[in-house]
Amino acid sequence: MGIDLPLVWAIIIAFGVLMYVVMDGFDLGIGLLFPFIPDRTERDTMINTIAPVWDGNETWLALGGAGLMAAFPIVYSVVLSAFYIPLLLMLGGLIFRGVAFEFRFKADEAHRPFWDKAFAGGSILATLCQGWVLGGLINGLQVTGPSYDGGAFDWVSPFSLFTGVALLAAYALLGATWLIFKTEGALHDRMRTLAKPLTLALLACIAIVSIWTPLLHQAIADRWFTMPNMAILAAVPLLVIAIAFVLLRSVGNAQGNHAVPFLMSLGLMLLGYVGLGISLWPNIIPPALSLRDAAAPPESMGFALVGALFVIPFILIYTAWAYYVFRGKVRHGEGYH
Amino acid sequence: MFGLSALELARIQFGFTVSFHIIFPAITIGLASYMTFLEALWLWKKDPVYLQLCRYWSQIFAVNFAMGVVSGLVMAYEFGTNWSYFSARAGTVTGPLLTYEVLTAFFLEAGFLGVALFGWDKVGKGLHLFATAMVALGTLISATWILVSNSWMQTPVGYRIVDGRVIPVDWLQIVFNPSVPYRFTHMVLAAFLATALFVGATAAWHLLRGERTPAVKRMMSMAMWMILIVAPIQIEAGDQHGLNTLEHQPAKIAAIEGHWDNDEDQVPLILFGLPDMAAEKTRYQIAVPHVGSLILTHSWNGKIPALKDFPAEDRPNSTIVFWTFRVMVGLGVAMLLLGVVAAFARWRGRLYDFRPLLTFALVMGPAGLIAILAGWFTTEIGRQPWVVYGVLRTRDAVSNHSVPVLTASLLTFVVLYVCIFGTGVLYMLRLATKPPEALSGHDHDLRPDERPARPMSAAPNLGDL
Repeated sequence: MGIDLPLVWAIIIAFGVLMYVVMDGFDLGIGLLFPFIPDRTERDTMINTIAPVWDGNETWLALGGAGLMAAFPIVYSVVLSAFYIPLLLMLGGLIFRGVAFEFRFKADEAHRPFWDKAFAGGSILATLCQGWVLGGLINGLQVTGPSYDGGAFDWVSPFSLFTGVALLAAYALLGATWLIFKTEGALHDRMRTLAKPLTLALLACIAIVSIWTPLLHQAIADRWFTMPNMAILAAVPLLVIAIAFVLLRSVGNAQGNHAVPFLMSLGLMLLGYVGLGISLWPNIIPPALSLRDAAAPPESMGFALVGALFVIPFILIYTAWAYYVFRGKVRHGEGYH
Repeated sequence: MFGLSALELARIQFGFTVSFHIIFPAITIGLASYMTFLEALWLWKKDPVYLQLCRYWSQIFAVNFAMGVVSGLVMAYEFGTNWSYFSARAGTVTGPLLTYEVLTAFFLEAGFLGVALFGWDKVGKGLHLFATAMVALGTLISATWILVSNSWMQTPVGYRIVDGRVIPVDWLQIVFNPSVPYRFTHMVLAAFLATALFVGATAAWHLLRGERTPAVKRMMSMAMWMILIVAPIQIEAGDQHGLNTLEHQPAKIAAIEGHWDNDEDQVPLILFGLPDMAAEKTRYQIAVPHVGSLILTHSWNGKIPALKDFPAEDRPNSTIVFWTFRVMVGLGVAMLLLGVVAAFARWRGRLYDFRPLLTFALVMGPAGLIAILAGWFTTEIGRQPWVVYGVLRTRDAVSNHSVPVLTASLLTFVVLYVCIFGTGVLYMLRLATKPPEALSGHDHDLRPDERPARPMSAAPNLGDL
């Protein structure tokens, strides 16, 4: 076959991870915003905006895991061994948060505050861990042959701890702008006031990561700051500034389309993701393991690719349909029953 | 911890997390099909009792499903975190199979679940039934792929080994490997049976309390029909599965039977005994001559390979699988008995008030799930010392984590799982102890302004009941 299988699979997995980051990003963001919204009915409304879709959002994480195992089994085994502790904590967070969706409605009054805390705490923990893994991955892993050769805490560094915080800002902004889009009244207004400082915080984080990364890694500095790359890649920071500008204006403009702040936040996430891809390419585990070194045999990649290319369009269609069914504003106490 | 090695800790962790996990998908598979059946019957017969039951079970389903999703997510990552050499060497086969599961099943379930649970007023009746059916279809497709993957690990075909790595050669052979049809049939029937027993126990609980409403009676009747029909089919399917295992994994069968040597000219059936791995014999045994031959070879004097035919390092632990197998079979026979007793009571017009039957049905509530666990213990421990049978040993598949790291993570999982899933199961049981009328959510029959201003979830707040 004339298809560059590792490349196609890298694109599919990158797409899956991106889908996960933006989709579970906004529903994790709802959990991050919980501490700011003490009112019970408003919390219920917040949950109701994502109740019908969160499960599908989280499935993209499963696709990332399974796709990685199918196409780049070495990466799967190295990454999961290297980030054993943060991934375990992330799963713990996702468990708490996932069951809290249902449990908080089933619990009696005495237990309900506990599941509210579990929802917020699980969301915070899962987000922090994803940020730590991201930072640890950018920092690179010690790999010998096909296996991870570092320690259980190698992922801990000032940089990775910072990327954890940065992801909190990113997901909280996604959550806030999602709620601007899906709610009205006091909750909607509260989210507008929260979205502005969150945008500024995220911009600060993006700036810090953008300066810190090339300082840590010469290869990444060379990628961005040598001609002719520099002239072309300058488009990325410029677009970030432009989108941030539109985002801040739309957050302040209650008369405008309520979907705009959310779409602009998605744009920021996408640009951050693209920037990351530019820095790391063509390595899949920096600094040593490239896409091609880590690829599964073509027999595995080809077989899985047939399914992926055939099924993913259908997934996108019925996922879009599910979002369409639950379109519009979610009101206080409104039931889906 | 307790002098256990890293390998043993990793195995205990996998066994613990997967045992907790399997309970939820088993109920999910059964309930999704049951709900689809109920909803279709409602649309066909226009009998509101079916709708009532569908709504009732969909709320219990919602709690169960959430627990299945999060406990399953752990499994998808555990292959990499704890079994990285398995993933690196055999992920070339299991990875694509799991990818197909995610693509064709997980997304289908998750994508239509929102509409099935929350979309009653958002889409038409036909479309809603379609959404419920897609969730049910998703659960069955999911079972197919994961059982293909497990079956390939039990009876691997269609591959070659290059540099210690499994390279898939023929995917058709891999997907339709020799144990797939047996394992799939046995597991899906087990899920249906476990669900029928759970539904039957719920109905029996209400009947014992004197609530003989149409919905409760319908539940009891449907569950008992299901058990009567499926239990005997399951026993036959299990027998066939055993013969398939004898052909491909004879050491497993020898361990299940505590069968050490072929000194005699027949294989007895050991009813009771304590296989001793060190002494290479089964102690305290009570055996019936020739019955083992009869069951396993369908002949009076047939022989099967014995444990001593295999090197000691290739023998599965007979002490465990001997007993887990007998627990499963014993429960299977009890299920058959329940089906027959219920049929008899039905014939005499006593299905809803014959208290010994109702008590029996109540006690049998968890029997299907216990049998599933016992069966999986048998087949998985029986596969040892291999993770991919004859290809990759379990000790060569485990990651290089230290004992402290594995101890800490195991303890974390134990505490987390017991607290969270214990609470979840408690909530499920509390929902099941509410009568169907109280839970079936007739909100949609009210005018919008009459709707209680309570938050929506798939299930109402128990405090409101």
